[in-house]
Amino acid sequence: MVVPIAYYLVLSAILFSIGVAAFLVKRNIISIFMSIELMLNAVNLTFVAFAHHWHQVSGQIFVFFVMVVAAAEAAVGLAIIIALFRTRSTLNVDQVDLMKL
Amino acid sequence: MTSSLHLWLIPIVPFAGFLVNGLLGRRFPKALVTTVAWVATLIPFLQVLNIALHFGSLTLPYSENVGTWIAAGGFHADFAFALDQLTLIMLLVVTGVGFIIHLYSAGYMAHEDGYWRFFAYLNLFMFFMLTLVLAENFLLMFVGWEGVGLASYLLIGYYFTKDSAANAGKKAFVVNRIGDFGFLLAMFLLVAHFGTLSFNAIFSQIAQHPEWQGGFLTAIALFLILGATGKSAQIPLYTWLPDAMEGPTPVSALIHAATMVTAGVYMVARAHMIFNRSPFALTTLAIIGAATALFAATIGLVQTDIKRVLAYSTVSQLGYMFLACGVAAYSSGIFHLLTHAFFKALLFLAAGSVIHALSGEQDMRVMGGLWKKLPITFWTMTAAVFAISGIPPFAGFFSKDEILYQAFISPNPVGKIVWFVGLLTAGLTAFYMFRLWYLTFFGKSRTPEAAHDDHGHGHAHGVHESPWIMLGPLVVLAILSVIGGWVGVPAAMGGHNEIEHFLSPVMHAQYLSYEQVSVAMSTHPQAVVHPAPETAEGSNSLALLLAALSVTVAAIGWFIAHLLYFAKPELPEQLATKLRGLHSLLLNKYWVDEFYGAAIVAPVLFLSRYALKGLFDTGVITGGSLALGYTTQGIGSVVQRIQSGNIRSYAGWLALGAAALLLLTYFGFGTHLSF
Repeated sequence: MVVPIAYYLVLSAILFSIGVAAFLVKRNIISIFMSIELMLNAVNLTFVAFAHHWHQVSGQIFVFFVMVVAAAEAAVGLAIIIALFRTRSTLNVDQVDLMKL
Repeated sequence: MTSSLHLWLIPIVPFAGFLVNGLLGRRFPKALVTTVAWVATLIPFLQVLNIALHFGSLTLPYSENVGTWIAAGGFHADFAFALDQLTLIMLLVVTGVGFIIHLYSAGYMAHEDGYWRFFAYLNLFMFFMLTLVLAENFLLMFVGWEGVGLASYLLIGYYFTKDSAANAGKKAFVVNRIGDFGFLLAMFLLVAHFGTLSFNAIFSQIAQHPEWQGGFLTAIALFLILGATGKSAQIPLYTWLPDAMEGPTPVSALIHAATMVTAGVYMVARAHMIFNRSPFALTTLAIIGAATALFAATIGLVQTDIKRVLAYSTVSQLGYMFLACGVAAYSSGIFHLLTHAFFKALLFLAAGSVIHALSGEQDMRVMGGLWKKLPITFWTMTAAVFAISGIPPFAGFFSKDEILYQAFISPNPVGKIVWFVGLLTAGLTAFYMFRLWYLTFFGKSRTPEAAHDDHGHGHAHGVHESPWIMLGPLVVLAILSVIGGWVGVPAAMGGHNEIEHFLSPVMHAQYLSYEQVSVAMSTHPQAVVHPAPETAEGSNSLALLLAALSVTVAAIGWFIAHLLYFAKPELPEQLATKLRGLHSLLLNKYWVDEFYGAAIVAPVLFLSRYALKGLFDTGVITGGSLALGYTTQGIGSVVQRIQSGNIRSYAGWLALGAAALLLLTYFGFGTHLSF
């Protein structure tokens, strides 16, 4: 049996919306970080689904790119989080608001 | 003569002097500054003398083109210089008198601050004046015309720490600008009608069209007259010249008596082709000249400042020159320009010598009895006083008499009137000049002894004769004031009127062939100005009669001055009280300055202060830019709240934006945005 492409897309949309909602609601930087990863992977799912559907390999290659960038971003992001925690002793983004006029 | 005369060197050498002294003079010792300035004036003088000596062998008019200045479409103007008889006379006056005054200045200015600055400006003036005289087109002439105005401004305001001097400089500049405006308009009209500004091109075009008369030529002539009245201090723009006496006395002698102020006369004589075609403009010129001559002479009667008397006298004498041009006797005007340059420069320099001797005192009421103390100044000044008063055989007699004679025989309807005004003015001139002479040199000394050390020169120890560097120029000019008129002895007195014959190639229809003249005469009789009438046997007696009349009038003027200021020195006071109204009218110069102040300066100031500054400048310009600034600031203060520093609010905006883009893509502005 072939799972229709719409299923994948709906799942992906749900995952992405959860990511967005969590990004907006969460105050802990690590949670926000995780919600970003969730959004990225939701997109990855779409890529893979379309690659399969259209029998095109380029979608899968894109996914590899996204994963590589996400890994790099995770490394940099976590480094920033550690540096932030060392200076401010908090991970609450609402208390990190020095960059304003 | 085929080889080039290198006329361009004549103005450029003083300019080099200006550059050297102006840029480096501050560090030079005084002797070096003096040397540079002298050499920079002497070289052009020698060159002009050299040209004058070879003048007979030149083909005239000679012109040389140094290079193209402006070439725009069909119009172009060159750095072109020209030489003819008229130019030569002007060159001799400017370089000769200029050099003499440079010599004198070294003595007069010896104790002043900014010595180098003075000589730099003086050389700059020479440069522009020589450019003006040598120019072959109106545009280059205008450069000189403006430049001498600049030099005059700088030199009037030489004592710039004195408010009155700075203001006088400004006044001279602003009033001159009004005249320059006229000159500019005249040039625009010339370009519009002739497509060129070259003298030769314009005048030959006019000559080829004898039917042109009045009309646009009158308009051009009237604008040129406006220009001339500004530069040559005629009614209505004469008010700057008396104030210009704030400058050092050598400046008054060089710029405000001998050379710059005569530029207007020179310009009219140069453009005589235009004026000859416009009887209306000529009549206007004659009336302006006569009115100015009389008006300024009456003011001169009561002035007490020695330099101011001379200033009004200059205005008055310039009036004579314009009168001469107005009756189409250009040669006579130039002749008077020549003799006037000698005796008026001498009067100023001698007055400067008196002022120098009295340590800066200029008020004639506290002079008197100086003839024994300043013998050379006295005798040279005497020559000048006799010359300007028109006593034969001094220079002024011949030139003034020539003008009056030309006015009398002029076919112009106002000829007799301006002749009479001129005659009256001759009497007034004799009166105020001898008044000055008696007040300064005769009677008892009225100098308060203590006053000596107060004044600016700072070397005052009693009255003393000036050094020879100042007296030498006086003597030279005195000799010229005596004999200068002999180049124009009229035929009626057994002379040959050499100057008129010398100038006649310039003045008389050089661009017309004989046939053209006769055609023009028959079709447009008034279009061609009568050729200078050869003094026939019959009019000799008339000339002699007129001369005798003017000498009589001058003698009466002298006699009255003698009576009032020598024989009965208490009389003037009594007269002044008796004729209080008239006296104060003259003393206050007819309140013309006050009238101009109220009628022109005050409204302009009012307009500038309230309408332009208050409304436009403060309101529109300042207000506009402030409004722009405040609006930006206001918007910024509202919009800056978006940048809260809170990451989650940024994320919210981001999500909103993305959602908006999505919605736009689906339901948006139509097909062109859809993917």
